[in-house]
Amino acid sequence: MSHNGSKPTEKPKFAMYWASSCGGCEIAVLNIGPKILDVDAAFDVVFWPVAMDAKYKDVEAMDDGSILLTLFNGGIRNDENERLANLLRRKSQILVAFGSCAIEGCIPGLANFSSQDQIFDAVYASVSTDNAGGIRPKTHTTVPEGILHIPEFYPVLKTLDQVVDVDYYMPGCPPESHQIATVIDLVLAVLEGKAELPPKGAVIGAGDSTCCDECPRQRNVKKITKFVRIHEMDAIDPDLCLLEQGILCNGMATRSGCGALCPQHNAPCIGCYGPAEGVVDYGARIMSALASVIDSRDPDEIERILDGIPDPAGSFYRFNLAHSLLRTGKVG
Amino acid sequence: MSEQFEPVIIGFTCNWCSYRAADMAGTARIKYPPNVRLVRLMCSGRLDPTFVLKALSNGADGVLITGCHPGECHYLEQNYKALRRYHLLRRTLIGFGIEPERVKLVWASAAEGVQLAKQIAGFVDEIRALGPLAWSMPSKQQLVAEPSVMEEVPA
Amino acid sequence: MNPSQDEKERIGVYVCHCGSNIAGVVDVEDVAVWAGDKLADEGVVVSRDYKFMCSSLGQEMIEQDIAEQGLTRVVVAACSPHLHEKTFRGACARAGLNPYLSELVSIREQVSWVHTDKQKATAKAKAMIAGGVERVIEQEALEPLKVPIHPATLVVGGGIAGIQAALEIAESGSLVYLVEREPSIGGHMAQFDKTFPTLDCAACILTPKMVDAGSHPNIELYTWSEVERVDGSVGNFTVTIKKKPRYVNEELCTGCGICVEKCTRNVIDGEFEAGLGYRKAIYTPFPQAVPKYPVLDTENCTYFEKGKCKACQLLCPTGAIDFEQTEQYITVTVGNIILATGFDLFDARRVPQYGYGRLKNVFTSLEFERLSNAAGPTNGEIVLRDGVTKPESVGIIHCVGSRDRNYNNYCSVICCMQSLKFAHLVKERTGATVYNFYIDMRTAYKDYDEFYQHVMEEGTIFVRGRVAEVTDAARRSGEEDKLIIQVEDTLAGRQRRIPVDMVVLSAGLEPRRDAKQVAHTFGISCSANGWFIEKHPKLDPIATMTEGVYIAGCVQGPKDIPSSVAQGAAAAARVISRINKGEIELEPIRATVDAHKCSGCRICNDLCPFNAIVWHEDEMVTEINHALCQGCGTCVAACPAGAISGTGFSNEQVMSQIEGLLMFEQPVDLLAMAV
Repeated sequence: MSHNGSKPTEKPKFAMYWASSCGGCEIAVLNIGPKILDVDAAFDVVFWPVAMDAKYKDVEAMDDGSILLTLFNGGIRNDENERLANLLRRKSQILVAFGSCAIEGCIPGLANFSSQDQIFDAVYASVSTDNAGGIRPKTHTTVPEGILHIPEFYPVLKTLDQVVDVDYYMPGCPPESHQIATVIDLVLAVLEGKAELPPKGAVIGAGDSTCCDECPRQRNVKKITKFVRIHEMDAIDPDLCLLEQGILCNGMATRSGCGALCPQHNAPCIGCYGPAEGVVDYGARIMSALASVIDSRDPDEIERILDGIPDPAGSFYRFNLAHSLLRTGKVG
Repeated sequence: MSEQFEPVIIGFTCNWCSYRAADMAGTARIKYPPNVRLVRLMCSGRLDPTFVLKALSNGADGVLITGCHPGECHYLEQNYKALRRYHLLRRTLIGFGIEPERVKLVWASAAEGVQLAKQIAGFVDEIRALGPLAWSMPSKQQLVAEPSVMEEVPA
Repeated sequence: MNPSQDEKERIGVYVCHCGSNIAGVVDVEDVAVWAGDKLADEGVVVSRDYKFMCSSLGQEMIEQDIAEQGLTRVVVAACSPHLHEKTFRGACARAGLNPYLSELVSIREQVSWVHTDKQKATAKAKAMIAGGVERVIEQEALEPLKVPIHPATLVVGGGIAGIQAALEIAESGSLVYLVEREPSIGGHMAQFDKTFPTLDCAACILTPKMVDAGSHPNIELYTWSEVERVDGSVGNFTVTIKKKPRYVNEELCTGCGICVEKCTRNVIDGEFEAGLGYRKAIYTPFPQAVPKYPVLDTENCTYFEKGKCKACQLLCPTGAIDFEQTEQYITVTVGNIILATGFDLFDARRVPQYGYGRLKNVFTSLEFERLSNAAGPTNGEIVLRDGVTKPESVGIIHCVGSRDRNYNNYCSVICCMQSLKFAHLVKERTGATVYNFYIDMRTAYKDYDEFYQHVMEEGTIFVRGRVAEVTDAARRSGEEDKLIIQVEDTLAGRQRRIPVDMVVLSAGLEPRRDAKQVAHTFGISCSANGWFIEKHPKLDPIATMTEGVYIAGCVQGPKDIPSSVAQGAAAAARVISRINKGEIELEPIRATVDAHKCSGCRICNDLCPFNAIVWHEDEMVTEINHALCQGCGTCVAACPAGAISGTGFSNEQVMSQIEGLLMFEQPVDLLAMAV
């Protein structure tokens, strides 16, 4: 792929940025092992706050579209996140929403269940906080040296594509390193003219089906009579579908690509790879699927069975809340 | 407020029972408030919770789900799947800080035009009393699921 | 998001006045102008209102616009799709537009007829049209599914309903496989003596039909056989029939009966003779049995018990006895299936206060049928359990196990007439005093009430009241050695104790014990009571929701012989018409699995009552059989991977319709709240 304003001998530029995220995505990139050297060989890393010193103004000074590839992880929690999203969008030819936070809000997105006041109460006024003065953050504070700014905290967390145009989506919390390596191989192949980029808007570094597709557990026709949590179980059958054992496993609705890591280790899928292709609302898929196979026609018994899911909204929207129909902005 | 709040309600009907009940209400000229706009599905079993969430997120103040009476489903037993989804959906809505009463399940046979009209009128009043769908953040208490109540059109 | 002008659909909107039916409440001109203006961005290029859209002029208007304006989608805002969907689809088809690319919005039944506020009604009509427009954009061109019909038919159950159905189809020239679980066809009717209200001898009218069925060149009879498995769907079912071993080679047996005669074991006949008579270990259930071949009852056969005897084998003139016979499985292909598996009699032991099984002279209705049958164990003598004493007084109790919330809520239909028949037979044969205890007398249908009048004139005493108890505990003189019937006579308004010699319990009808299992095998369903559910209780009582599977006789609900025969013939007529047409057209509303997206989670596998969802273990994917799928969409809604799509009611169609319905509402935008 050619890019404007660069000499043919110059290496293409690479950037990675974290907005509202935990840093796991960065670790996952480093975790690709020796392949990181291929990245270094092929790219000129121009901006990567975790890995190297860089200033926003350096990025601002770059030509628009001069960065070939930017991996953007983290959600948009404040105006600084949004400013950087806009900046990197402008400077990048390919902007990838990298990881669950950027795509669908992920764990930070769960804050969308709470109002800004509730969040600030929890942080600045709960029993664990020593804040006798009841100080709350303000965006501007005047000190003798001038005015201090901190980013403005938004009422809700937004996903990257709710603020800027996104080229590709790479799911996972974090994306699995082997998938990152695959994507890097693809990009390198594209640079060498040996492959073509997928269509804009595609999900990359993941499968086309859901987690069950990669799960080795035996599965049968489903009839759910109870939901239990793992700590309530004496033993977990290592070979049988977790859902059939009453454990709420989101694998059936979660995009494949991770290799069904969690279910293979007796832990249910919690949904970090997000919904399958074409799904409008991830939580609704789980709701509908689970409820459909509850083995009762009696409203009271159905309620009793559902008591086994203490926090349905949290369980179904753990990663996807900021991209759900009820807790998202209207885009487009 | 000078003007009475007029809620917008989306109603899902099954092709065989409740949609025909709506037809029958029409043929019999039974009056009910115009707040409800119906969507025809083949069966209440077709009701994807996504449709309900979509309606609420696009501006509906309430959603009415209707189907054949238990044991009378045109597709034998699919309305029970709607029943189960309805129960789980209500619990999930509580987590979103949305009053579960905004979604209601009503069984209506093709013969029950009068009853369906009455249920619609009652539901419009209930939603009017709740007011416009406000996107309040849930409080701790609301997160504790309340037992849901299902009302049935008497056969 | 909006497609560019040239890839946009070209939509025509037609608003019907329906005379003043719609126009009287909805401002139809305003609606049409509004749609042409406000929905132009959505692709509406023509928007008209017209007096009667369903008239030929109205339809021609649509056809002309399709031809001249190049419409690719049509929305008609008029009456219910249940009334005129076909009409407007037809108009589209005539103009060369796929009929499924149209949408009918019901602004009559759902707006003008049910609302009075003109302004609000007009606003609602607009929202509904916007919904229709958004939906029709997502509509796909579809073709009806055409399925060829295999000309052979399976009839399950060889009672009178099944026999009638089989004969009708066989007579029309098509092959029938008639499968019967018992050794002979004939069903319950073969056990009866007389039939109400004409008192025809049951055997006299049934036997010729049995013989016809047994010898008809187009009927292949499988008795002592059961349907093990059904695969496929309408037009092409593959049916596996299990033929239980008779231990008699049907090729060699002539039905001479020597084996039965020579068999040394007498066995109480709990089936045909209701425990009142005996049969041999090798037997034909009754003399007129069809087929004539006997069947060997291994549980009571001396050879199977002790390893020796073989009297039957030694004496059989054709060497037809085969102790080595085993189960056989036969596979046949049929296009249609008629289920006529009948009923079970209510077990009177379940009503302990009536004493059946404990008080020896309490009889069930089936026992009475055998007692009064000239070919029965007493040669038609109505006698007490001792086999000799004629009763001087008989009490007949109606509604045993029926119309009783402890057992079955429903009316068993036949018991009143059956009890009246019993009363008549007792009177005729013994001259005894007869009491009939009834809740309500139900003698609908031709000549039934006349029969009731006749029995009343004969002197039968009718006591209106639910019998509380039948006891042998005498309290008063005259009650010694009698069965005392304790009843509240609700017409006299007092408790009565009526001593009698014999009590007959008119037991109700129940679904077969294995009805649920049978329903599952054939992909149909039972009502809460256990009877098979018909497609429509009034307008289609013989079809089921599963295409190609029909029901006849008591399997659909309690009924008398004439109704069973009529239903058998009706089911046959439907099948014959299908066979004659050679194929059927099915609505193309079907679900499809994208195998690529299917993860094999198996959530959907148990959701289809029509067995349309097929699991492929080797490929770990699910598939939907389109011929079995009825298009309800439950699996589409349930699939967690979004791998199942449904034509006719796709996610895109419904979601777009919701968007359209709410297009002019103001949703609260969380993100907009971000300052």
